[in-house]
Amino acid sequence: MLNGVRDPAPGPAPSCPSCPSGPPSPSAPSSARRASPISTPLARSDDTDRPGGTDRPDAPGRPCEAPAPAAAGAARRRFLTYLLAAPTLTVGARLGLDAAAPATAQAAVRTAAAAQDAAAPAQLIGLPGIPDILDLGDALIVAGLPTSHLLVLELTPAGRAVLHLPRLEVGQGLTTAIAMLVAEELDARLGDVDVPLSDGRPELLFNQLTGASNSVRSLYDPVRAAAAAARARLVTAAARRWNVPPDTLRTADSAVLAPDGRRAGYGDLAADAAAIAVPAVSSSPKSADRLRLVGRPTGRIDARDIVTGRAKYAGDLAIPGAVPTVVARPTTINGTLRSLDASAARTMPGVLGVVQIPSGVAVLAETFDQALKARDALRTSWNPGPVAHLSTSDIRAQLRAAHAPFLIPPLLTQYVDGEFDFAFVNHAPMEVLTAVADVRPNRAELWFASQTPIIAQQTIAAELGLPQDAVTVHVVRGGGSFGRRLFFDAALEAAQISKAAGRPVKLMWTRNDDMRHGRMRPASHHRIRATYGLGQVLSYEHRAATVKTDFRHGLGEMLTGAGFNLSLAGLSLAQAFFLLSEKNPYNVGIPTQLLAEVPLDVHTGSWRSVYSGAVRVSDEIMMDELARRMGQDAVAFRRARLRSAAGRAVLDTVAKAGNWGRPMPPGQAQGIGYHDENSGCAAYLVELDATDPTDPRVTKAVIAADLGRVINPTGLEAQLTGALIDGISVILHAGNHIDNGAVREGSYADFRYARQRHTPPVVEIHLMPPSGPPGGAGELGVPAASAAVANAYARATGTSPRSFPINF
Amino acid sequence: MPTHTFVLNGQPVTVEAPDDMPLLWVLRDKLGVTGPKYGCGVGVCRACTSHLDGEEFQPCTRSVKDCEGHRVTTIEGLADGDTLHPVQEAWLGCDVAQCGFCQPGQIMTAVALLRRTPNPTDADIDQIQNICRCGSYPRIREAIKQAAARQASG
Repeated sequence: MLNGVRDPAPGPAPSCPSCPSGPPSPSAPSSARRASPISTPLARSDDTDRPGGTDRPDAPGRPCEAPAPAAAGAARRRFLTYLLAAPTLTVGARLGLDAAAPATAQAAVRTAAAAQDAAAPAQLIGLPGIPDILDLGDALIVAGLPTSHLLVLELTPAGRAVLHLPRLEVGQGLTTAIAMLVAEELDARLGDVDVPLSDGRPELLFNQLTGASNSVRSLYDPVRAAAAAARARLVTAAARRWNVPPDTLRTADSAVLAPDGRRAGYGDLAADAAAIAVPAVSSSPKSADRLRLVGRPTGRIDARDIVTGRAKYAGDLAIPGAVPTVVARPTTINGTLRSLDASAARTMPGVLGVVQIPSGVAVLAETFDQALKARDALRTSWNPGPVAHLSTSDIRAQLRAAHAPFLIPPLLTQYVDGEFDFAFVNHAPMEVLTAVADVRPNRAELWFASQTPIIAQQTIAAELGLPQDAVTVHVVRGGGSFGRRLFFDAALEAAQISKAAGRPVKLMWTRNDDMRHGRMRPASHHRIRATYGLGQVLSYEHRAATVKTDFRHGLGEMLTGAGFNLSLAGLSLAQAFFLLSEKNPYNVGIPTQLLAEVPLDVHTGSWRSVYSGAVRVSDEIMMDELARRMGQDAVAFRRARLRSAAGRAVLDTVAKAGNWGRPMPPGQAQGIGYHDENSGCAAYLVELDATDPTDPRVTKAVIAADLGRVINPTGLEAQLTGALIDGISVILHAGNHIDNGAVREGSYADFRYARQRHTPPVVEIHLMPPSGPPGGAGELGVPAASAAVANAYARATGTSPRSFPINF
Repeated sequence: MPTHTFVLNGQPVTVEAPDDMPLLWVLRDKLGVTGPKYGCGVGVCRACTSHLDGEEFQPCTRSVKDCEGHRVTTIEGLADGDTLHPVQEAWLGCDVAQCGFCQPGQIMTAVALLRRTPNPTDADIDQIQNICRCGSYPRIREAIKQAAARQASG
C-alpha cells in the first residue's frame, strides 16, 4: 500500500495519451482566487473497495473475465488531490495514473480493427465481448482522467460543504448520491452539503458530459478523495489550534471533536484549514467497514423543494427581460420555410416580435399564450423536408435491406431465426425543451438543462460569431432527459432568436414541437440466427440495422481523448459506441454482432440504454425461443450459459423471489429478462395479464440488480423502477410513426407512455450485497425490463411478438 | 384589457388578461407562480394540475375568466406555512420524486383523490391520468396509500 506517500509531481499522469503538456490548467471558473495548486499533491493507492484490484471477479464486465489485455488493468488507481489557494478550504481532486486503462482501450480498438478486417464488410463491425474488457463507461472515465482533478470542493466559513458538480441532474438522483459521498468522507451532516451544477467549464474538456450511466462511476473516486483530503486538513487545523496531537481528534456532524469535549465546526475551521499544505492525518477515503451513510436508504436532497413547487427548471427562472418565445415549425421533419406573412401576427395583443431562424419562425410575446396564438396566426408555407417521401413502412424496408448476410448457413444444424422491428421512440421528457438566452453584441448567457454544456458553448459561440469564453452556459436542473438533453437544439435556437430580436428570450418548445421535431430512439430492425445441436447453441449471429444515431454531442471527442483512433480503426463513431456497449452475455457458441446504419435526415439520439434497448431485447426474446425449441426452461437455459457469476446470482434471485414457474391462469404469464452493462447486471421477472391482448397489463415485477457498491439504495431502486416503466411502455404501447416525413404523434394522448393503470401494483426489488466499486445504474434496467415484458406477453398470448411496441 | 379577480392560495388577486387566456399562463407569466408546469397544453399530461374550489383541474385548459370569483390552489398553496400537507409528507417519506417536474401535479391530483375517496383502492389509484415520464408510479401509489392511512389514523 502506498498510503501517505507523496507524489512530487503534481502534473498529469504521463500515461494519459491526451494529457496537455505540463501541469493541468489551474484556472477554474468564477474563481480568480483559485490560483495554481500550491501544495504537494497527495497520492494514495488502492481504493479500499478494490482490494488488490481484483474485486468481484465474477461480476459482468470485469477485466479478469476478459482475455489478456485486461489483465494489466488491475484497477489500481491513485488519486491526486490539490489544495487550491483560497481564503477558505478548497480542495480539487483528480483521478489519475490509471495506466492500464488507456492501454486497454488502444488494445481493444486494435483488436476491433483486426476483427473488422477479417470478418466484416467495410460498413460493418462485429466483435463479441469488447465490453467485457472495456465498456463505454470505462472509456469515458479514461477520457476524463486528465481533467477530473478540477472537481472542486469548498468548505465555506458558514459551514457549507459545496461540491461543484460538473454534471446535470435530471432526476437520476446524482446530486443526492454525490452529497452522500461528500458527507460520508467529510463526516459532515448531509444537510450541510450543497451540490450546485457547474456552468459549462471548457477546461474540463471531456469531463462535463452527463451520459452513458457514467456519472457515479467517474466521480466516485475523485469526490471521495476530495472530501477525505478536506477532512484531513480540517482535523489538522483543529489540532494546531488546540495544540493537541491530530490523531486524538475525531470528526462527526460537520465538526472536529477533541477528547476533552472541545468542538470546532467546519465553518469555523475552514479559513485555517486553507493554509494546511500537508495534512497530519491520513487523507484516504474510508474503508467499507467504516461507512455510516453510504449504502443507507436516503431521500433525495431536493425532495422538499420538489413537493412544495420551489424547484426551478429553466422555464421557471425569472431572468430579467427574457420574454416568452415559441417557434413555428415545418409540416415535415427538416422542412424549410417557403413563404411567410406575419402581418396579422405582428399586430396581435402582446406580440413583441417575429424573427426567422433556420429551423422556423420565432414569435416573441408578453406571455406564452399570446406567443402561441400569434404563432397560429402566422401565414406560412413550407417546402417538404428530405424524408417527406418516407413513411414507417418504407423505413422498415430500408432497414431490412441494410443487413449483411449471415455468415453461417444452416446446412447441417438445427436453427432458429428471428426478426424484430423496433419503432422510433421520442424521449418525451416531462419538461419540454426550454432555454433562456440573453445575447448581447459582445457576450451571451444561456440557461438550460444541458448534458453537454461545453459542446453547447462551443457551438453557440461559433453560431453567434463570439469567442467561446464570451458565452456562458448556466446548467439548470432538467425535468427528465433519457438522453434528450445531450442535444441543445433549443438553446441554439434561443441564441439565434435573442441575437436577431436584440433582447433576451425564454424559448419553449411545445409538446407538439418536441414530438414532431424532437429526437427519437432510431427505428431498428434485427435479424438473428442461432444454430444448435446436441443441447448446445453452436452459433449466434445478430445483424442490427438502425436509422443512424446522431452522436454529435461530444462523444467522439471523448473517445478520441481516451486514446481511440477511430479513423485508424476504420470505425464510425456509432460503430465504436456499438462495439463498446453491445455484447452477448451468454456462451452461445460463436456470437457475432454487426451494426449497419441507414442514414436518414431525421432527428435521432441516444435513448436511455441506446443500442441495448433493442439489441439486447431481441437477444433475450431469442433466448426464450431457443430454450423452448431445445426443450429447456427459460431461466435454467440462461443460467447455464451466463458467463457472469453475478449475473447468475441476480437471475437466481428473481426466479426464487418471483416464484418462477408458478402456475398462471389462462391469458397470464411470467416473463424473464437479463442484461449486464456498465459494470452492473439486472434481472427482471414480470407477470403480465394479457386476457385482453390489446390492453395487457404487467401486474407484478420482481427485480434483482448487482451494481457493486450502492451509494443510495433509494435512488438506485428509483432508477430500476423507472427502467421497468420504460420497458412496459416501449414494448407494449409507446412509439412514433412517420407518415410522409412527419411524425404522427403529437402529445401524450397518442404517444402512449405508461400511466398509472399500466403499471404493476406490486414491485419488489432486491439489491445484491455491495461488491466492488459502483456500476452505472441509469440505463441498465431498460433492456432487461423490456425483454421480460415481451417474453411474458409471448407466453401469455402464445404468440411470438416481432414488432414493438406491440399495440401500435 | 379585462380584469379578473379570484382567490389564489388564499389571497385575492386581480389580473389584466384576455378572457380566453388559459389560467396556466396567467399564473406562470403574469403572476410568477411556477409550481404548475406546462407539459402539453391540452390537458393530457396533467403536470399543471391544481385545485379550483378544492377540485382538481388543469389550468392549461381552463380560461382565466372561468376562474373569476373562484378559489385557485396551486402546489405553492398546499402546505400550511412550513407545515407540509400530509400528502407532501408521504411524498417525502416514499421519496417519490425523480426529476420532479410532474410531481406538483401528481400531488395535487392525489390530494383531490383523497378528498373524494379517503381510502382509495388500487383501482381508484389506477384512474389517475397524470404522466410521470421517470416512472415513479409505484411510489406514487405507495405514497397515496400511506397518506390515506395517516389521515385515517388521525
